[in-house]
Amino acid sequence: MNRTSLLAAAMVAAACSGGGRAAAPPAPEPAPAPAFEREQTADQQVAHVLSRLAFGARPRDVDKVRAMGLDRWIDAQLHPEQVDDAALERFLTDNYQTLTQTPAQLETRWPPPGVLANQIAARNRTAGGAAAPMGRADSARLRDAQQGVRLITTEVQGARVARAVASERQLLEVMTDFWLNHFSVYDAKGPRQRYMLADYENRVIRPNALGKFRTLLGAVAKSEAMLFYLDNWESQADSTRPRLAPVGGRGGRGAGRGGAAQLPPQLRRGGLNENYGRELLELHTLGVDGGYTQQDVINAARALTGWTFRGPAQGGGFQFVPVMHDAGAKVLLGHKLAAGRGIEDGEEALDIVARHPSTAKYIATKLARRLVSDTPPGALVARAAATFTRTDGDLRETVRTIIMSPEFFAHAAYRSKVKTPFEVVVSAARALGAQPDTSARAAQIVGQLGQPIYGHQAPNGWPETGDQWMNTGAILNRINFGMVVAAGRLPGASPVGFKDADILQTAARDLQVDGVIAAILGGDASPDTRAILMTGENPLAKAADSTATAPMPSAGGRGGRGGRGGAPPAPAPGVARPFGQLPPLRGLPLIVGLALGSPEFQRR
Amino acid sequence: MQRRAFVKSGALALVTMGLSPSFLRRAAFGLDLRGAAKGKVLICLFQRGAADALNVVVPFGERAYYQWRPTIAIPAPGLAARSALDLDGFFGLHPSLAPLKPLWDRQMLAPIHAVGSPSSTRSHFDAQDYMESGTPDLKGTSDGWLNRYLATSGTCEQCHPSPFRAVAMAPQTPRILQGGAPAVAMDSLDQFAVRTGGDAAARIEALYRTGSADIIHGAGTEMFEAVKMLRAANPQRYQAEHGAGYPRSQFGQRVRQIAQLIKSDIGLEIAFADVGGWDTHVNQGGATGQLAGRLDDFATSIAALVTDLGDRMEDVVILTMSEFGRMAKQNGNGGTDHGHAGAMFVIGGHVKGGTVFGRWPGLEREQLYEGRDLALTTDFRTVFAEVTARHLGAPSVGALFPGFDSSRPLGIFG
Repeated sequence: MNRTSLLAAAMVAAACSGGGRAAAPPAPEPAPAPAFEREQTADQQVAHVLSRLAFGARPRDVDKVRAMGLDRWIDAQLHPEQVDDAALERFLTDNYQTLTQTPAQLETRWPPPGVLANQIAARNRTAGGAAAPMGRADSARLRDAQQGVRLITTEVQGARVARAVASERQLLEVMTDFWLNHFSVYDAKGPRQRYMLADYENRVIRPNALGKFRTLLGAVAKSEAMLFYLDNWESQADSTRPRLAPVGGRGGRGAGRGGAAQLPPQLRRGGLNENYGRELLELHTLGVDGGYTQQDVINAARALTGWTFRGPAQGGGFQFVPVMHDAGAKVLLGHKLAAGRGIEDGEEALDIVARHPSTAKYIATKLARRLVSDTPPGALVARAAATFTRTDGDLRETVRTIIMSPEFFAHAAYRSKVKTPFEVVVSAARALGAQPDTSARAAQIVGQLGQPIYGHQAPNGWPETGDQWMNTGAILNRINFGMVVAAGRLPGASPVGFKDADILQTAARDLQVDGVIAAILGGDASPDTRAILMTGENPLAKAADSTATAPMPSAGGRGGRGGRGGAPPAPAPGVARPFGQLPPLRGLPLIVGLALGSPEFQRR
Repeated sequence: MQRRAFVKSGALALVTMGLSPSFLRRAAFGLDLRGAAKGKVLICLFQRGAADALNVVVPFGERAYYQWRPTIAIPAPGLAARSALDLDGFFGLHPSLAPLKPLWDRQMLAPIHAVGSPSSTRSHFDAQDYMESGTPDLKGTSDGWLNRYLATSGTCEQCHPSPFRAVAMAPQTPRILQGGAPAVAMDSLDQFAVRTGGDAAARIEALYRTGSADIIHGAGTEMFEAVKMLRAANPQRYQAEHGAGYPRSQFGQRVRQIAQLIKSDIGLEIAFADVGGWDTHVNQGGATGQLAGRLDDFATSIAALVTDLGDRMEDVVILTMSEFGRMAKQNGNGGTDHGHAGAMFVIGGHVKGGTVFGRWPGLEREQLYEGRDLALTTDFRTVFAEVTARHLGAPSVGALFPGFDSSRPLGIFG
């Protein structure tokens, strides 16, 4: 205990001494020597941090971490603003056009195709009520909108993968992944949601992923993506409650333009929507057992009424609309919110939930589950929660407490996590030294492995524990993914692109196997695995019906290189074949494929 | 627990691998195949996009129906070349549902009208979410109700459920099957194999059969057993029986593969497929047109499935659903906008069909929900609970639909 608090004190001191760092060039101070024994070997520690604080090792990463010193590398990752990432930023700027546009800009440029189609049909309606066929100009507009929506989706998903593969700020990407899942939104919630995703990821989540929790929470609460996804944008005072501004009077939506405020037609009905208020408490802050009541849910929702966003024609973005706001007095988690207040009601509600002790514990638990193990030790969670509380929700320091702990470097934590599909795909690409790729293919594969990007429907996000990711279908898809990569069908990733692979191509089998184990399995494979990679023979297969595991002949053609693009025709047109039949693999690529499909590779 | 128990039986299966496929299956899964062959199957078919229930099960006996829908209503039976197929003198089926009419006549088809979610939402997303989670207006539910059924029913320490107990013919596990119990999602049966030749598959299998008995090795071992089971069942050589003709559409092919799985006797209990194209805001058509085309594919696929399964339909129930119905009044674009209550079909050999279930609320303005939509008289959970309890024999429906009183079934199963 003493040791722990000493360590924590040392860390706070280290963090404070780096006060004005943001603009300064990296000035590596000697990282403090670990004040505890680390159970993992030095090699294991390097592999461990590269699989937990990064999306796996790239070909030269192990050497880099060793040269820099493990603890100094960790410290740099905790300060992403000091890590040069210009190459990735240049790649994104050169290859993507929608990532930096606001939701309003995107929606104005490419309106939702369904809405556009209805507008066109309404305009073309004949006197009899039947719609006339669409003219050429209208068809072109509709096609353009459809292509735009596809482009937006492709880019936001593709850039997620590209950043995770290529960013030097790996811990920041890991934490971005964590918070995007904690504050999960779903791209098919409605036709407008897609326009809001790039803004959400790049402006709301990533800049705050290692910042203050309250700042992150506030940015999420005011984001178009979350306001839309959990319906708060249309939540307003119930008819029995006083409004901050009278309907039809000044202070409503039209007030800024000088007219009398009329509720927009879609808001003339309806009232309080508890959806965001509930998930704010249950999923975003206190946690389901965090000690709140249904009345707290209602009052959180009431405090946040009027938190909405402008339409695209008004430039979009968050706005507080007094005429929608419930101006009555409220009690939230024992705190009184006085009557007659405006936006400060919601701000105070966020203050209250962000600083609630249950929130510290809940966030600490989730972070430790992500970074350490599916069942994180209670003592570690308690220390992380204490850091969270002491630093007023400083996420960098909370993460530091977790990853500089004996528990993080314990044997029990090593390779104890099952990779998510996103981690499988990204870590494979990184192991092979893949270049970031502009196609949608890698993102599609993540989806085919069961974790479509921005595709989790319910607000609780993707599962955090391994048992949820491991089942019959999942493991088969992962094995086939390994074969797809080994066959050279992951764009940007050559199956022989890892370190020294060119030399190994013609080397003896044992050198090949050792090279693959080093590149893909972190230099650590069980003797059984090594033996199977070595011999090219399955001792068990002799007893088995040798045809039993051979692939079935595909009934309908071969899924071509392009995956979806090359989806086969008969007998089931339109059924995507994620992993078409692959040619038999030989030599080094076969060893790569086996390693990617091995049980070891499923862990991090 | 269960997983570990299975790793053991997997090792047993290794020893018996050279023996006949049926013995292998029995050994590997501890299944009483006679029991499994007789096992009950529920096939859920989801019409995504909100099917227009008023033009699917047509209330031709309602004057107001024709007033709300001057150009898209389905004519009463006999009043046009294509008109409603009379069921009971008041309701009729859309003419494109003709393939289902014989099922009505054989009392295998039970339509339910004015059924759906009590939630007032008209959002596709929200309404599908509620229909699949089984918890209307509760967004936080993380699992689907079919998964809750799997998790609470039919598992025991001694027996091991088939890896194909729950299968979604879909690229991803749908919300309704998400949760703690395993479910397999696949686009097509032939995809369920290691997709490369040579000895790669055998060597990968060896990787999973050695080493520790953790969840990853367990899932891998189980997967290779499942691949062998499916292969032994040989779905490639599948021939539909009794002259069943499946459409070549995606939906038709998915439904066909569900029949294959059922006839393969590999322990399928829950199957799921979905089909889109029901969001008919524009140019919906009437007895012919857009919706008629969707219904044609839908009905032909289901009829082929029933024909193909033959006597097996005694153990099979097909349940169709869509997130909500559509407005009573047609809109300005020859279509219909989002509404409230809808219609469902329950089809099966032991279904007490030949009756349209559910209280009919009427279509006069004051009878409509919020003055515009078909009102709800049956909560969808009533139907789901009845199907799971009466067909699948679920012991505790309360756990599937927390807080819902399912004590008043419609009597779909007599």
